[in-house]
This record gives sequence, C-alpha cells and structure tokens, in this order.
Amino acid sequence: MMLSALFFYLFAGVCVASAFMVIAVKNPVHAVLFLILAFFNAAGLFVLLGAEFLAMILVVVYVGAVMVLFLFVVMMLDVDFAELRAGFLKYLPVGATVGILLLVELIFILGAWATAPDIASQSPSPPASQMSNTAALGQILYTRYVYLFEAAGLILLVAMIGAIVLTLHHKEGVRRQSVARQVARTREMAVEVVEVETGRGLT
Amino acid sequence: MYQAIVFLPPIGAIFAGFFGRLVGARASEVVTTSLVLVTMVLSWFAFYQVGIQGHEERIEFLRFIDSGALQTSWALRIDTLTAVMLVVVTTVSGLVHLYSMGYMDEDPHRPRFFAYLSLFTFAMLALVTADNLVQLFFGWEGVGLMSYLLIGFWYHRPAAKAAAIKAFIVNRIGDFGFALGIFATFTVFNSLQYDTIFASAPDQVGKTMEFLGMQVDVLTLICLLLFMGAMGKSAQFLLHTWLPDAMEGPTPVSALIHAATMVTAGVFMVARLSPLFELAPIALGFVTFIGATTAFFAATVGLVQTDIKRVVAYSTCSQLGYMFVAEGVGAYGTGIFHLFTHAFFKALLFLGAGAVIHALHHEQDMRRMGGLRKVLPFTWAMMLIGTLSLTGFPFTSGFVSKDAIIEAAYAGGSPVALYAFVLTVVAALMTSFYSWRLMFLTFEGKPREKPEVLRHAHEPPWTMGVPLVILAASSLFAGILFEHFFIGADEVSFWRGSLVTHGGEAHHEVPILVMLAPTLAMAAGFAIAWYFYIRNPLVPFGLAKRFRGAHQFLLHAWYFDDLYDFLFVRPAKRIGRFLWKTGDNTIIDGIGPDGVAARVIDITNRVVRLQTGYIYHYAFVMLIGVALLITYFIFAGGGLPR
Amino acid sequence: MTISLSHYLTVAAILFTLGIFGIFLNRKNVIVILMSVELMLLAVNLNLVAFSSFHRDLVGQVFALIVLTVAAAEAAIGLALVVVTFRNRGTIDVAEIDLLKG
Repeated sequence: MMLSALFFYLFAGVCVASAFMVIAVKNPVHAVLFLILAFFNAAGLFVLLGAEFLAMILVVVYVGAVMVLFLFVVMMLDVDFAELRAGFLKYLPVGATVGILLLVELIFILGAWATAPDIASQSPSPPASQMSNTAALGQILYTRYVYLFEAAGLILLVAMIGAIVLTLHHKEGVRRQSVARQVARTREMAVEVVEVETGRGLT
Repeated sequence: MYQAIVFLPPIGAIFAGFFGRLVGARASEVVTTSLVLVTMVLSWFAFYQVGIQGHEERIEFLRFIDSGALQTSWALRIDTLTAVMLVVVTTVSGLVHLYSMGYMDEDPHRPRFFAYLSLFTFAMLALVTADNLVQLFFGWEGVGLMSYLLIGFWYHRPAAKAAAIKAFIVNRIGDFGFALGIFATFTVFNSLQYDTIFASAPDQVGKTMEFLGMQVDVLTLICLLLFMGAMGKSAQFLLHTWLPDAMEGPTPVSALIHAATMVTAGVFMVARLSPLFELAPIALGFVTFIGATTAFFAATVGLVQTDIKRVVAYSTCSQLGYMFVAEGVGAYGTGIFHLFTHAFFKALLFLGAGAVIHALHHEQDMRRMGGLRKVLPFTWAMMLIGTLSLTGFPFTSGFVSKDAIIEAAYAGGSPVALYAFVLTVVAALMTSFYSWRLMFLTFEGKPREKPEVLRHAHEPPWTMGVPLVILAASSLFAGILFEHFFIGADEVSFWRGSLVTHGGEAHHEVPILVMLAPTLAMAAGFAIAWYFYIRNPLVPFGLAKRFRGAHQFLLHAWYFDDLYDFLFVRPAKRIGRFLWKTGDNTIIDGIGPDGVAARVIDITNRVVRLQTGYIYHYAFVMLIGVALLITYFIFAGGGLPR
Repeated sequence: MTISLSHYLTVAAILFTLGIFGIFLNRKNVIVILMSVELMLLAVNLNLVAFSSFHRDLVGQVFALIVLTVAAAEAAIGLALVVVTFRNRGTIDVAEIDLLKG
C-alpha cells in the first residue's frame, strides 16, 4: 500500500511539474520534451490504475507518434524564440485568477464527491485472475463498441487525408514523372511531321 | 336651373384645371369664361323669377351629416337674398373672366388661373345658396382657400407667397370665431338649418349660457362669434391687415375677390342671419361700431397710399365698413343694396386700374403716372364713372346706396349709430378726396412716366373693354333702377323675409341737412383734392414734411402690421423655432431615431472590441463561461452532495 | 494513505487547469496552444480511466481509447494547419493571427 501511494505521488508530482514546465519554458523544443515526460508519468498513473493496455498505447502511439510529430513540426518551423514569451507576465493576474478559480472549484466538487460506499475503499487494481486488461478490453471493444471502433478508424482516415491535403504542395520547378501520362502517350502527342524545305531550318 | 347655376362653374374649373395643359390656354379660358357667362345669364333670369315674380325654392341634393341631433344636407336655398347675391357673384365673375382673357394674355399659367377663378366662383355660389350653416361654412372656407391660391398665383414671388399666407391666417383667426359661433348655434338650437334656427330664435331671447366662466346671453354670444368670422372675411378693423397685401395677386383677382365677392361674404352672412342679429342688439351695436371704425380708419389710410391698387383696396375696406354700419342699425336691405352697387363700381375701379397698369406695362406706383387722360381716354372715362359712383355723385348707384346708409345711421338713434353717422360722413369726405387724388395723380398733370413707357401705353383690348363698359353702365344706372326693390317702396315684397325688413318708412324722415351731408362731403373732398393736385401740387409734399409723424402713421396703416408683428408674429415664430430646433431636433430626434441610432453605434463599437481575432482571447472567454457555469451549478444547480 | 478516486481526480483537475493556462497565458506560440490542448485531453483521459477503474467498468477505458484516437487525429490536423499557416504568413506568433478581428 505504501509503495503504491509513493509511486502515485511520484508519478503525479512529476506529471504536474512537467506540465507546468510545458507552458513555462521559452524554447518550444523543450516544451515538447517536457510534454513527453508528462505523458510518460501519466502512463505510469494508468498502470497504477490497472489500465496497462491504455498506458502502453499512450506511450507507443501518443508519445511515439504524436509527440514526435510535434517535434518534427517545431523543428521544421523556423521559429525565432527570442521574441517569444514577451507578454507572459502582463496577462498573468487576470488569467491566473480565473484559472485558479476554476481549479479550486473543480477540486471542491471532486473532493466532495461521494462515491458509492462499496467501492470507495477498494484497491484500484482489479484481480488479474480473470483475463488481462488487454483481453478484457478486446472482448468488449470488438463486440459491443464495434461501431465506435470503426468510427474511430474513419476519423483517423479523414485526419490522414486532411493532413496531406492541407500540407501537400508541389514545389515549382521540380520535375517529376507521371507514369500514367507516359504510358498513355499517343502518336499525335509524340511526333510532329513538318515539311522542311531544303537548305532552310525548322523555324 | 339653379343646379346649373351652381355647378357649371366647377365643371369649367375641372376642365381647365385638369385638362388645361392638354387643350391649351385658349381653350381653357374660353370654356371657363363661357360657362360662367352662361351662369350669369341664368342668374339674371333667376333674379327675375325669384325676386320679382316671387318663386322661392329649396332644392335638396344629398344628406351630408346624420349624427344624432346634427342633421345637415347639401341643399340650395333660393330666396331673394340668394338671387341678389347670385347676380352679383356671377356678373362680376363673368366679367372678370372675360377681362382676364385680355389682362393675363402674357401669362404662361392661364389654365390654372381660370380654373382657380371658376372654382372660386363655385365656392362663393355654394356659400350664398347654402341652406344651413355647415354648407355656408364650406363655401366660406372654400373662398378663403381660393383667395389664398389666387393671391399667391405668382407663387415664385416671395411677396405674393407671404401675402397669401397672411390672408389665409388672418381669415383663419376670424374663422375660428365663426366656427365657435356655429358650435354655439348648434348647442343652443340643436340644429344648423336656417329655417329651424330662425323659427326658434325668438324663444331664445334672454337665455344665457356659460362661456369662459361667465354667463352670457346666448344670442349675443352667437352673433358676436359669427361676426368675428365676418370681421376676418370682410377685412374689418383689427382683422383687416390682409386686404392691402392681397393686392399682390393679379388685378382681376383683386376685382373679383377683394371687391365684389369674397369680402362681401361677411356682409351676406350677417344679412342672411338677420333674424338672429335682430334679436341681439348688443351684437348689432358692435357691428355698427366696427363698421364705422373701419370705414373711418381705412379712409384715413387711403389718403396717403402711393400704389394705385392699395388705394382702391383701402377704399373697399372702408366701403365694407359702410355696409356693416347699415346692417348694424337694422337696415339690412340697405347694406345689401350697397353691396350690390359697390360690387359694380369697385370692380370697375379695380379693372380700370388694371387697364392702367396693363397699359403702363405693370407700373403700379401713382408717383410714376400722370397725364394719361390724353393717352388713355377710354380708360379715363371708365375710371371717372367709377369714381363718381364711389364718391356718391348724385344719381349714380353709389350715391343712392351710400346716402341711404348715412341716413339710416342717422335714423338709428342709439349713441353708436350717431358715432357711425359722424364717422361715415367724415369717411365720405375722405373717400372723395382720395378717389379724386387717384384720378388726378394718374390721369392729370405732367406725365411722370418714362418716355418709352408712355409711348407703349395703349387702350385695353375688347376683352378688357367690354366688362368695363358693362360695369360702368351698372355703376351709373343700377342704383336708380333697383332702388325701389332693395330699399324703396317694394322693399318688403321684394325681400319677402329673406332678410329682416322694417318697411320703407324709416329713412324718409331725416332732416334735409343729413340728406345733403354726404353730397357736401363729396364736394368738399373733390375741392381739396383739386387744390392739392391740380392747383398747387406742392402742398401735399409740404404737408407731408411738416406733419411727418402723422403722414408716416397713416402711410403704415396706423402701424397695425408692425403691432401684430410684434405681438403675435414674432412670438409665434420664436415659439415655433424653439419647438423645432430644441423640441423637435434636439429632444425628440435625440431620444428617438438619431439618439437610438447613435447609441446603437456606440454600443456596437464597444462590443466589437471583443472580436479581437486572437484565439486565446476566445478560449479565455470560453473558460470564463465554464467557470461561471460551474459556479452556478455549485450554488444553485444541485447543491453539494453531502 | 489510501489513494482514493479523489486523488486521481485532483491530479486530472490540476493538469486540466495547467492546460487552460497554457492557452491564454501564452502569447507567442501556436504550438504551445496545441500542446496545452493535449494536456487537457490527457487530463480527461486520466479522469475517465480513474472512474473506470474505481467503478470496475471497462467502458471508461474504451471511451479513453476513442478519445486518444481523436486526440491523435486532431493533433495531426492541427499541426498541418500550423505548417500551412507558417508557410503563408511566415510566423506562428499568435498575436499576429488576427484576421477575425472586427
């Protein structure tokens, strides 16, 4: 028990700290890295909750793909981060007031939340005697929530197409082949017969 | 036939008014003039039939108002008084129509002019043929409107516009009293039909009603209020200021409206309602007083005027006073008789003046006239006849009627009648003076016009000449011919109750001196005028310089215009301007449309600052919303589960 | 002490708030906005999984999985948009993206 509590505080603390650093640092690359750290710790929290499949998904997909994508974009954009962070302190009072207010309210509500008596004190991790978390997830995902699953797939498809459509642009002056065009060439397109007089050129 | 009399002129008016541009000016004037001349002939026939043969009629057309006790209809009442007025109105109107064909020959808006003339004739005919007070009022207002339109005929001239408005407004003030009189009549008699009123009038003698917090005698009140309307319409003292300015209109208009017909509507009204007035001696006394004062006042002002038309205008004002004096002392027939003769000689004078103006190419200032007798002999002769009649030269029409009035005033007996007698005799002297002054200044002496104007002076064409001749004949002979009908032996059988008559005896009992007084006054006036303007022309100038104050006082018509301007016009304008600038513009517009629009713009300008375009601002706003929502749900939504 | 549901929820709340701070305290960098969104989504996921775990209902985790999917898609599109914006405007300064200003 003590150990899980210790790990909880460790993970939670680092997560919160690194989340704070995400919005506090000047350099966007640093910010992305701190975000990655936050996700790792969140994954740890997930494991503590017994959702190990989700934790791994978080690390592999989210950190591995999305955060890397972030890094790519940050490094691709030529950002002059010396000018950044200029107006941070000016708007701090108002923003902080509202934000802290919100936080207090959230905690207020959540803290006073009365969960059902029979589950409040139980350990968060379910017995592993039954199937593993992954299997359990698979069991319900592909049966009861298959439509959601398929829809999620469609969303990913649309996002992929969307990202390509948005950002694809052919640079001017780059030569490329269009195989289909090459194959579909006809005689009229390729050859031009010109009557040339003797001794004259082609012009 | 009577329907034809009343409705032929408006047909002409509609024709000229709506189709004038289509058919052209010539057709408009010919059609309207012919229709009115036909009406004139019919009226003479009617006069014979009604006045002399005695066929009275009442023709009802249409029910108008049918509301509780107020029942009026459109109807014609044809009795002797009506027939007399029909003759006056249609004759003068017809002659003026004919005259205008010549006088207005250079005017581009002739169709409109003739339409207005005919429409005016219709309104006047409606007035005199009315069977009840409502129809009378319709005609009353109609002539007021047409007067406005005709005075302001040349509406591009600011002076004409101002004069038209002035006429209308001053008339309106009188009409306000008139309307109150009609209301009072209805309150007391519960009807507006003449017959009903006249029948029950004797019962109302001595009764009183509440008015402005006082108890007043009903008949006196009614008659005084109605007379207020007559004061406005007939330009009597205090409400006279519009008549001289009305000379801005074309001369035919002055002749028709401001000499013969519209201004006599007041006289006609008092005569028509004579059964009522007879029972209200205080009102009659007031009528006499006002009439005499007007006669005197207008004559004094006419002494020094330089515009030929203004002299004649003030003369009209003065003669109207005479008519009211006659009616005030109970001699209604005499008043109407003077109306009858005055219409002819005054119209003659106006049209003659018009001929002079036309000849001198629209010169109206007598100081720039002179020596026209040899150049315009026909016009001179016409004007001479008119002047003789006006001043009361023996055996002219004016002599018969004016002397009858003066004798009636003497015979009246009451103090106010004596006052009237004195003033009318003095006014007769002054009338003679200024009339002869006009003749001498215009036609005698050395010519003061510019040579080229004199060279182009020519006698009027036949369209202007024929009316002059006819009017001249009437001015000379109408008096003698019709005297015994109007005021003489056949008086009672002539009028037959259409107005109150007292038999023919009263005015034969006056002393010989009284009978000669007006003639003596006329002679004196002639003598003085001859001395001033033929014998010794420097005298008037000297007098004017020595008595400068008096001269200015008379020249500016006793400063009434200035007085009214100070008392009424300027405050009214100030109030109007204040209400417009401050009340309307600032307050109402400020709070209403402009204010609302400006506030909307203000607010939107402020609201628009929310649209900054920055995403984080929008996110921030969303956050605030969420925070508020949560706060709401904490405290109000569900409470905290404990 | 026993780590109860409230602890997890509190952590999620803090993460959420930090994400919100990131959106409007940051004035200069569009990327940080996107990252703040990711943080908020993470907080939501944490919430879902915590509830799922404490109520022994796997639906929460299914939901969290779907949310994860959508978050990934959204991040991809968002970054694509950032790239295009940078290409067209030459800057990713938030303060200069104000075409909606009116």
